[in-house]
Amino acid sequence: MINQIYSNKGDKLKGRQLPIMYSSREHSFFTISGNLATQTPQAVGWAMASAIKGDSRIAATWVGEGSTAEGDFHSACTFASVYNAPVILNVINNQWAISSFSGFAGAERTTFANRAVGYGLAGLRIDGNDALAVYAATQWAAERARSNKGPTLIEHFTYRAEGHSTSDDPTAYRSAQEREEWPLGDPVNRLKKHLIALGEWSEEQHAKMDEECAQQVKAATKEAEKNGILGHGLHHPFRTMFQDVYEDLPWHLEEQAKQAKREREIKWPGEEPWS
Amino acid sequence: MSGTKTKATGAPETGSGETTERRLNMIEAINDALDIMLQRDDDVIVMGEDVGYFGGVFRCTAGLQQKHGRTRVFDTPISECGIIGVAVGMGAYGLRPVPEIQFADYIYPGLDQLISEAARLRYRSATEYIAPMTVRSPFGGGIFGGQTHSQSPEAIFTHVAGLKTVIPATPYDAKGLLISSIEDNDPVIFFEPKRIYNGPFSGYYDKPVKAWKTHPDSVVPEGYYKIPLGKARHVTEGDQLTVLTYGTMVHVAEAVCADKGVDAEILDLRTLVPLDIEAIEKSVEKTGRCMIVHEATRTSGFGAELSALVTERCFYHLEAPVERVTGFDTPYPHSLEWAYFPGPVRIGDAIDNLLKD
Ligand SMILES: Cc1ncc(C[n+]2csc(CCOP(=O)(O)OP(=O)(O)O)c2C)c(N)n1
Repeated sequence: MINQIYSNKGDKLKGRQLPIMYSSREHSFFTISGNLATQTPQAVGWAMASAIKGDSRIAATWVGEGSTAEGDFHSACTFASVYNAPVILNVINNQWAISSFSGFAGAERTTFANRAVGYGLAGLRIDGNDALAVYAATQWAAERARSNKGPTLIEHFTYRAEGHSTSDDPTAYRSAQEREEWPLGDPVNRLKKHLIALGEWSEEQHAKMDEECAQQVKAATKEAEKNGILGHGLHHPFRTMFQDVYEDLPWHLEEQAKQAKREREIKWPGEEPWS
Repeated sequence: MSGTKTKATGAPETGSGETTERRLNMIEAINDALDIMLQRDDDVIVMGEDVGYFGGVFRCTAGLQQKHGRTRVFDTPISECGIIGVAVGMGAYGLRPVPEIQFADYIYPGLDQLISEAARLRYRSATEYIAPMTVRSPFGGGIFGGQTHSQSPEAIFTHVAGLKTVIPATPYDAKGLLISSIEDNDPVIFFEPKRIYNGPFSGYYDKPVKAWKTHPDSVVPEGYYKIPLGKARHVTEGDQLTVLTYGTMVHVAEAVCADKGVDAEILDLRTLVPLDIEAIEKSVEKTGRCMIVHEATRTSGFGAELSALVTERCFYHLEAPVERVTGFDTPYPHSLEWAYFPGPVRIGDAIDNLLKD
């Protein structure tokens, strides 16, 4: 996963995607697009395909509340409803879409869960920072889908504490203390407290787990850095740029690949040009 | 070969001792144009994702909502189809909307409204309705934006009858062209080369980046001025070959020609539709050689149109086949960005080809 973040030569996606836009067919994890909400009708289509084939597998998709404004999301709801597709449509309402609060997606008039009503879908609205609620709602929706009772839209009400990205400064559009005032708390802390109260977990165990996780990420990062980091040379071979555009390389791409190779040779004479 | 060239920039001559000249980058120049048009014309409306309170992810609309109010400058839902669709409706009412699409890569959900609607209102209503909108959008690569923050889709729009396509390459032009676009009664696609928002880019990605302030065309006068649509700009005058280009590639081509000491006549087309065919013909007839440079993919790119026009109209003046330098026909790769980008080596190669006999 960290190789992918670095777009380096160890990246299974050949350095073609922005960081964290993963794909892993092995895990039934669909390739992520940068274009918002496109995944929603696709998930419905995947679910329809499963139904067409008499398969028992179901689809789940996640979309930000801001992106529910896209037409794709509404197409997804209509198709899910019309074909009773075995799909879970998750709306992650973290209340902010870059600088726009959820009102710009219609949240001042109604909830996102309520959208389900208009489409004739089952709609749930849950505390997205309550891990157990998320688990229970998802399980319920998954069972519905598996037993052919139809699609479910789940609104996960949560909060984006950080900026939209590392280049975003949220203090430019919301108060700095808003984050402190968010009442529903950090989901990891809440689960921790709950488990401690049940006697299933302890502060010590938690601290140990935190430390182990941090070490694991650090070690993986170090390991991945051996394969290079974006912009510093160690990337997939240049020829891979022309692969996978089509199943086979058409003549014009073959010509362009030759040109690219020439350019490498001119720029770095003597060096292994095409690696 | 002589490397001397006459600078023929669009900016007004400024005396060497002058201290009042105001230098802006492209973002500031665009902001200035929007500000002036909001001031001058009550019908102008600026809207888009994150453009209102925040002032745009590239800051092109910074401060405009605070100054002109929330009915004139506002945030929209994340729906490009909706943004363009309501702009069509507003235009039909009589407003002059200036919607922003956050990245050109995200304009596609709005294509039906642009192609089937905005582009054809005038024609299908026999002038009862028009779509006097200017769709602004940052485009192009060179910022490690991956496939969804790097595309150059201009040819999709130049292919549509009824749309105009404008692409500035300097702060001075950005302001004057944007004002003309907003005042134009036809729908205009206004693509802003984001790689040069903050400084002209020579294409030598391994050299330090320059800021606009040292470039003569960063001198942007205060107040209202227009640059007519459909007029190319002579970046350099020359006799050896003609370069037809626009956007970021204007600066890349200029740097490469200077490096190679080629006496090139570089035309910054500025408007792709309507095209300054006269300037193109005149230049190619003079030089007899023509290189077309764009960052967009090659097949059915705007270069194909330019090449066809030059061949049709200047055939008997041509001393070598027209050269097209473009991006490769692949999605914009993330890590191999600079191998994809039509930079100095690719352009240099084409120049050598063009001049070889
Ligand atoms: C079609 C499209 N339009 C615009 C963008 C630019 N963009 C990227 S993320 C984003 C905000 C998304 O907000 P939301 O859907 O609420 O999801 P969050 O990021 O909060 O999880 C925008 C406007 C995009 N990626 N795709």
